[in-house]
Amino acid sequence: MLNASLKQLAAQLAERKISSLELTKAFLKRIKALNQDLNAFITLNEEMSLAQAQIADKMIASGQAYPLTGIPVAQKDIFCAKGWLTTCGSKMLSNFISPYDATVIERFNQVGAVNIGKTNMDEFAMGSSNETSYYGSVKNPWDIAAVPGGSSGGSACAVAARMAPAATATDTGGSIRQPAALCGISGIKPTYGLVSRYGMIAFASSLDQAGPMAKSAEDLAFLLNVMAGFDARDSTSLQREPEDYACDLEKPLGQLRIGLPKEYFAKGMSNDVASAVEAAIAEYRKLGATIVEISLPNTGLAIPVYYVLAPAEASSNLSRFDGVRYGYRAAQYTDLEDMYKKTRTQGFGAEVKRRILIGTYVLSHGYYDAYYLQAQKLRRLIASDFTEAFKQCDVIMGPTSPAVAFNFGEKSNDPIQMYLSDIYTSAANLAGLPGMSIPVGFGDKNRPVGLHIIGNYFREAQMLNIAHQYQQVTDWHLRAPARLPEA
Amino acid sequence: MQWEIVIGLEVHTQLSTQSKIFSGASTAYGAQPNTQACAVDIALPGVLPVLNYGAVERAIKFGLAVGAKINSPSIFARKNYFYPDLPKGYQISQFELPVVEGGSIKIQVGETEKIVRLTRAHLEEDAGKSLHEDFHGMSGIDLNRAGTPLLEIVSEPDMRSSAEAVAYAKALHTLVRWIGICDGNMQEGSFRCDANVSVRPRGAERLGTRCEIKNLNSFRFLEKAIDFEARRQIEILEDGGSITQETRLYDANRDETRTMRSKEDAHDYRYFPDPDLLPLEISKEWIERVEVMLPELPEARHNRYVEDFGLSSYDASVLIATREMADYFENTVKQLPAQVKLCANWVMGEVSGRLNKEGIEIAQCPVSPAQLAELLTRISDGTISGKSAKDVFDSMWQGEHDGSADAIIAAKGLKQISDDSEIEKLIDEVLAAHSQQVTDYRSGKEKAFNSLVGQIMKASRGKANPGQVNTILKKKLLE
Repeated sequence: MLNASLKQLAAQLAERKISSLELTKAFLKRIKALNQDLNAFITLNEEMSLAQAQIADKMIASGQAYPLTGIPVAQKDIFCAKGWLTTCGSKMLSNFISPYDATVIERFNQVGAVNIGKTNMDEFAMGSSNETSYYGSVKNPWDIAAVPGGSSGGSACAVAARMAPAATATDTGGSIRQPAALCGISGIKPTYGLVSRYGMIAFASSLDQAGPMAKSAEDLAFLLNVMAGFDARDSTSLQREPEDYACDLEKPLGQLRIGLPKEYFAKGMSNDVASAVEAAIAEYRKLGATIVEISLPNTGLAIPVYYVLAPAEASSNLSRFDGVRYGYRAAQYTDLEDMYKKTRTQGFGAEVKRRILIGTYVLSHGYYDAYYLQAQKLRRLIASDFTEAFKQCDVIMGPTSPAVAFNFGEKSNDPIQMYLSDIYTSAANLAGLPGMSIPVGFGDKNRPVGLHIIGNYFREAQMLNIAHQYQQVTDWHLRAPARLPEA
Repeated sequence: MQWEIVIGLEVHTQLSTQSKIFSGASTAYGAQPNTQACAVDIALPGVLPVLNYGAVERAIKFGLAVGAKINSPSIFARKNYFYPDLPKGYQISQFELPVVEGGSIKIQVGETEKIVRLTRAHLEEDAGKSLHEDFHGMSGIDLNRAGTPLLEIVSEPDMRSSAEAVAYAKALHTLVRWIGICDGNMQEGSFRCDANVSVRPRGAERLGTRCEIKNLNSFRFLEKAIDFEARRQIEILEDGGSITQETRLYDANRDETRTMRSKEDAHDYRYFPDPDLLPLEISKEWIERVEVMLPELPEARHNRYVEDFGLSSYDASVLIATREMADYFENTVKQLPAQVKLCANWVMGEVSGRLNKEGIEIAQCPVSPAQLAELLTRISDGTISGKSAKDVFDSMWQGEHDGSADAIIAAKGLKQISDDSEIEKLIDEVLAAHSQQVTDYRSGKEKAFNSLVGQIMKASRGKANPGQVNTILKKKLLE
């Protein structure tokens, strides 16, 4: 049951072979058994989860079920959920019980999905290893010496360890795709504007995008059907016809043209990752796809541009955490300025402070043109690289991460090395394009490797189809970490 | 040395929308603290701003009214600074591309007309309020005002005296109320001025170093603060000193300005485009729709009153003080087109005086323009005298006889005697009874004439038409 796909779970619920209450209890039991070691969840609220399960059972009984009714979903602790502690992985919000629901949470509630718990994450989503969480790092379920990736490490771990059948996540520079790759699961970051950001605690507003994590592309499609949609409360949300992301899953790949950017395969990728990615591409060739070499000449600019723009926006977005109205406030202070200083010094971790400082610097008088404006110009160049590339191919593929999961402490003292974990992923955020990662094998130390698929704007259904077709002929996505008790 | 004062104003006008500029909370004034602050206004984690298009429409109205360019797109930017009544740690404003650019306003000081150019007008949100009383050793924060829509209107440094600055501020105050974008209530902070003041030797081209004076919430304070500040700067310069660029606060109790923060302490606001809001696009069609809704503007009306109605420029200015007053006047004139001057005198005199005395606005005036016109008709056709008309007006104000002038005149018996034969009869009686005065007059004592008129008016209990009495009496005395 804990290994079942969402479709299988929905069928069992519909046939009344199992109730949502039983399903929820089973996953809660698994979480309680594993969380001590893996630290994937920050908050569990059994009472609220079970109450939701009971509502779901009533919906099913009265014939008002949706595809995800009664199915537990782990929610990244970046989404405000009414009545739930919502920390964003920070001491700053360690006492914040949200009085309202994020749109993503609301949409899951509306279809009767069950919030199984709030997952751990890098503090304010700033990190690629989950080492910046105030609540301690999440462990990679394949190897607890390894990081799970970040920032959505808790969600990735929860799905990989079968503590939840699905999870929500967010991606500002790779925070869905990189942990999905490092934990051997599937995850998609949709086109910017497809999923509402309302109630999702902002890191870098022009880059942040929520998306689902699950075992398979098929599961992702059902989750995206719930998450995507216009929301008047988010001005950057896009007004378009609702789509069924599952409808194209079974389509044969036909004349699919896969673009391989020569810059991605030139250097920087480790051998184990390269061979798993090449094997996956060979599989696609067998499925009938043609391979086109393409060029994304400004690839090298993505990380520098990202680390100007994201901190700039973050420095402003995080100003509201000032100890005045909610959240952490220093216990002792002499005056207003002292209260601000102590609250923010004590409430934020080192990485968050580093990015606030970088962001404040690049927006400062006299530096704005050289950094922020210049980065905005380069951002447009990076986006136009993709526009050109998509004239020659339907999707772009490459590695999600340059290497398999690294060990704890390996990069935590070298921010530049840490930032390079997102070298393949951050360009999609800068361009606003959808990107996904699916498991395609194992590399060094038997740690998972992810294949990165970048699609054109709003081509999520096509990307899910491409991933699903691969998952029909391979079984990487069905593998669970052997070191854990069998699910 | 002769000094020239140079003034530019920044005016924050609160736009008259029902809800806030980026949230659905109410903008009503005076509610219990923090009862009109929703999740967006208190900046809970995760909330996002959604632009209120009613605020944009009011900005467009203003832009059209001052002949400015409406920018499309215009950009919302974040102005970053920490203060407890600024919940997000930044204010959403406009920086590089404001919604309104350019334009001008015509002012009049004495007999001189002058054009004040506008630099720009931009949309932004107001901050909350810090309450320092009532909380011993602490400050209270009221976020009801946070997110209230403002249009900040910035002028060029085109004014040369406090009188010009006040005339400009008043013209702007009239205009924003006229076009219905701001209630203009200065006590409640709906219309707030900051003044940039500098001085330079007369004839010099280069501007002097300026100081910005904040907290000017009445026209009188605006005038006094500028006068004080100009004197202060001139004294420093004449003593060989130099002016430090800074922000100063006007203290009305002591009638002086004092340093609030110097240039060195000035914030680096780190403006950048707000990624939560898309560039604001304003279509031509939208602008055209707003243009159609725009009422005839004060300047156009002023000109029409002078040219078509033949009123003096001064009278026209008084009548357009508010759109409601001007409309009242015109609705009165509509019923009595031949008596424009009479209508103007009554609206400016009796009506305005009574409104002031009662402390009410013309919208609440108990005498309607149609009712006033009925009364004025009876003056112009000689039914009643101007003097009795004031009594009738008083009764109309009290609502007697449903405010009908004719009914009141009839009830009070105030109708003038305008019948020649009736007046002749009265005069004959008076002349018979006062033969001495008749003799005096005929022997050259002119004064006796007035005395006789008085006797006749008295005999008629004030109702005889004075004009007719004069004419007939003269004729009789010559017989």
